Amino acid sequence: MPAPPDDQLPPLFRAWFESRGWRAREHQLALLALAREGRSALLVAPTGAGKTLAGFLPSMVDLAARPQDRPHALHTLYISPLKALAVDVARNLEIPAREMGLKLRIETRTGDTPSHKRARQIERPPDILLTTPEQLALMLAHREARALFAGLRRVVLDELHALVTSKRGDLLSLALARLRHLAPELASVGLSATVREPQALARYLTHDPEILPAIVTVTGGARPDIRMLESERPLPQAGHTAASSMPAIYALIREHRTTLVFVNTRMQAEFVFQELWRLNDDTLPIALHHGSLDVEQRRKVEAAMIAGKLRAVVCTATLDLGIDWGDVDLVVNIGAPKGASRIMQRIGRANHRLDEPSKAWLVPANRFEILECRAALDAVEEAAQDTPDMHPGALDVLAQHVLGMACADPFDADALYAEVTSAAPYAGLDRATFDDVIRFVATGGYALEAYERFARIVRGADGLWRVRDRHVAQQYRMNVGTIVEATMVKVRLGRRSAAGAPAGRGGRVLGEVEEYFAETLSPGDTFLFAGEVLTFHGLSEDSALVSRASAGTDPKFPSYAGGKFPLSSFLAERVREYLADPGSWDRLPAQLVELLERQRRRSALPAAGDLLVETFPRGGRHYLVAYPFEGRLAHQTLGMLLTRRLERARLRPLGFVANDYGLAVWGLRDLGLQAARDKDFISELFAEDMLGDDLEEWLEESALMKRTFRYCAVIAGLIERHYPGRKKTTRQVTVSTDLVYDVLRRHEPGHVLLRAARADAATGLLDLKRLAVMLSRIQGRIMHESLDRVSPLAVSLMLEIGRESVYGEAAEEMLAEAEAMLMEEAMS
Amino acid sequence: MNAPLPAMEEQESGRAIGRLAMLCDLSGALHLPEERTLVVADLHFEKGSARAGRGFLIPPYDTRDTLARLEAVIARLAPRRVIALGDSFHDRHGPSRLGTSEREALCGLQRGRDWVWITGNHDPALPSTLEGEVADAIEIAGVRFVHEPGVGAGPDADGNGAAVREIAGHLHPVAKIVARGGRTRRRCFAMSATRCILPAFGAYAGGLNVRNRAFAPLFPGGFMAHVIGAERVYAIDSTLLRDD
Repeated sequence: MPAPPDDQLPPLFRAWFESRGWRAREHQLALLALAREGRSALLVAPTGAGKTLAGFLPSMVDLAARPQDRPHALHTLYISPLKALAVDVARNLEIPAREMGLKLRIETRTGDTPSHKRARQIERPPDILLTTPEQLALMLAHREARALFAGLRRVVLDELHALVTSKRGDLLSLALARLRHLAPELASVGLSATVREPQALARYLTHDPEILPAIVTVTGGARPDIRMLESERPLPQAGHTAASSMPAIYALIREHRTTLVFVNTRMQAEFVFQELWRLNDDTLPIALHHGSLDVEQRRKVEAAMIAGKLRAVVCTATLDLGIDWGDVDLVVNIGAPKGASRIMQRIGRANHRLDEPSKAWLVPANRFEILECRAALDAVEEAAQDTPDMHPGALDVLAQHVLGMACADPFDADALYAEVTSAAPYAGLDRATFDDVIRFVATGGYALEAYERFARIVRGADGLWRVRDRHVAQQYRMNVGTIVEATMVKVRLGRRSAAGAPAGRGGRVLGEVEEYFAETLSPGDTFLFAGEVLTFHGLSEDSALVSRASAGTDPKFPSYAGGKFPLSSFLAERVREYLADPGSWDRLPAQLVELLERQRRRSALPAAGDLLVETFPRGGRHYLVAYPFEGRLAHQTLGMLLTRRLERARLRPLGFVANDYGLAVWGLRDLGLQAARDKDFISELFAEDMLGDDLEEWLEESALMKRTFRYCAVIAGLIERHYPGRKKTTRQVTVSTDLVYDVLRRHEPGHVLLRAARADAATGLLDLKRLAVMLSRIQGRIMHESLDRVSPLAVSLMLEIGRESVYGEAAEEMLAEAEAMLMEEAMS
Repeated sequence: MNAPLPAMEEQESGRAIGRLAMLCDLSGALHLPEERTLVVADLHFEKGSARAGRGFLIPPYDTRDTLARLEAVIARLAPRRVIALGDSFHDRHGPSRLGTSEREALCGLQRGRDWVWITGNHDPALPSTLEGEVADAIEIAGVRFVHEPGVGAGPDADGNGAAVREIAGHLHPVAKIVARGGRTRRRCFAMSATRCILPAFGAYAGGLNVRNRAFAPLFPGGFMAHVIGAERVYAIDSTLLRDD
């Protein structure tokens, strides 16, 4: 694209740029030119390129040209994945508006906005409104939506790459389709970090795949200065605390102005925060920021950060996205990076200026993570991207949207179908499925038509669908959004009774943890919470009862699932290449090379496309360990399917465990011996046909499938959301989705919500897609090593055993074992 | 559900309260073979439609699912009498919401045998349109059959110090077992020498962990959990079970 001349800018704006000593950048002018033509656009640029200003400049130019005494009307809508980002951008936008003397009303609208202000925003909207996908959905479901959005000219979608691959992206795409319908003159502008396939992202912005928006790409920027921290002491085989690297990290914090320390989970954040403070002899202002902290506390940290009062913040993915934290000059990433694009985003948080290099250190926490960090460094060097693929729109999200549309205005099914299929994720939606969704929203969509009288939307004589009553609209508003929070339990300090166990009720509440985390704890386990080491005593009603551990107690890290993000396929492939090629090991630290050498001597290292399978006995059990490097989710699914096969072969597996690199299955029978007797045993075990009947059968009873179904049921409005603070005893009143799932699959296996859950399973918690690719890759390429003891590579997996739910026959074995324990006790 | 049923003795786990012999059936029903009586608790018929009335359109198949399982165990054990231990309907209006085919299926089960509806907190009154006898409690061989354990019978020990013998529902007991390698949560019977609390039979009936404080006062001498597995019932001492 030829560079438009600077004189494109109105004098007022040129003067403002000059007053700041800036020149408008090429891409900013390019977006301005496109806006003049009324065209939509996708801006792909690295951090620090002035993306946000580029997105808003056309709006401001347009608004400045209008009479200053005009009535305010909604001109531009800005959508951000984070409410904090919306607030931050609003603040940054006020500055040029004020300095140029533009009489603009710029407002934010988030879940925190008081209801009277939200109501006022509908009646008397600002010129520019900054909000989130959920708030947009709520506004579109408002009875005044048509009037509110009729004059909308621009919608700016920030961090679009982060939104589109999730269900929130589906929700937003439907909202966009609605906006295009309500505001025919609307132009959409997407702002994105560098992605693998910008074309696919551009498609998201338009209703017509034939007319793609212009793609404006900003390249260049200084190469990041990124290194891996080599610890002096050898790293452990497993674990994610990076404890031994803390002094080095503390030294880095001291040497820099402001450091962001990224970790993958809240638990890691707690640990790192505490360790840094233990070393903090200079009492540097170091803060903690993660999603479970009290909102007030998070706001305080953010404010202190912006004011430049902090030297370091230990944070989770909550700070991944583009909030401008001012003076960050160093990013430290602890643990595995998981994806090349993800790590580049995080690194971009340091130094928001395009022409200066971002500075970052990667800190592996165990020896495996060294490999992953090395692979990520290579990827950054090549500027390789591994952003995930887009996926077809989810049906549960569509159901939520359909109900919202009925809340706004009576709708015609044909017109709504046309509108919905104009959204990129739903372009392939067939009419029959759409009608199933309408029927689901109306009466549950069951073959047994028992709920006609409870219909939420009804079709009138005019052929239009409308909500039955205000109660339904209220229910919609309570449920809007696609983020399903985990059920939380309170962490409560108990008073000690004579027996040493806490007395239960009445103790102080320290905060909340996810119920699933609390369930993995055993009495006596110690864990970190809100910067303290606590001892867990048990769950009671809605609380996890804890006491403060005695001084000097080391917190045991009982549960770490590697965070939400599984290892990307791209990094996995790099890791496999490193393992396969000893010639590349000179790029690896000595302690890892030593581990790999020992693995090669004692067992084997697989060629890049091969699968290594090991069998060995240990502690009265026989283990089978495989290393596909396909991420935790795919491995869990594989573990489940292998367990089924072994059960059928009467090899009595007892359980399995999976991490990002591999999985281990164990049982009472010698699997190595079995492989020696039957040379096809291993290859048959990993045969591709496990994705056929085995999968179907297993899916039916899988706990992961049930969890997937629960998310769909909540989003689709089938069951109530759990809100923080609601008592756990509501479980007795409401219906467990596990029970609903069991009943539904027995009586109507083709129901639209089960279809939605299965579609999610393929890419979500079960990652079937990735598993299928792997199984086809390894056919005829499995190397089996029969060992007499655990191999060096297997150790990391063995250390994760003992925290997973077991399924099928293994659960039966457990019941029998518990029964036998009692018998033993009775007989002795 | 369609798998061939294993031999009966493997499906049951048995003992007695006083003179009354009983077997914990794999279905979640309690079988009194000498009385040719089958006891089920907390059927919660029409819980689905109760939720639908509040705007949550969960599948309307719970009643037929519960009935199908009830039908299977009745066909297998051919009891002369069935006792439904209360909360048979999720709410007062449940009986009026029964679908035609469900109503017929229920009548079919009642035909040719005695049927006792014990009232519960969810269904304190039952309409006369339903077949069967309605009672707050009944007694067989010195054992009381009542919905809520320990209610209406005075203290747990009578004036002479002899224990009250009771079979009840209401609490929806489930057991959580944690052993090497994992954890699992299953419906169970909670049973001592004097008292049995049945698991909920209804398709949408949730569960309460037997380690909850609601159970301890009912079993001062401890209890056994007869835990319902996939193919048999496992007898596990309550001290080996875990909190949620």
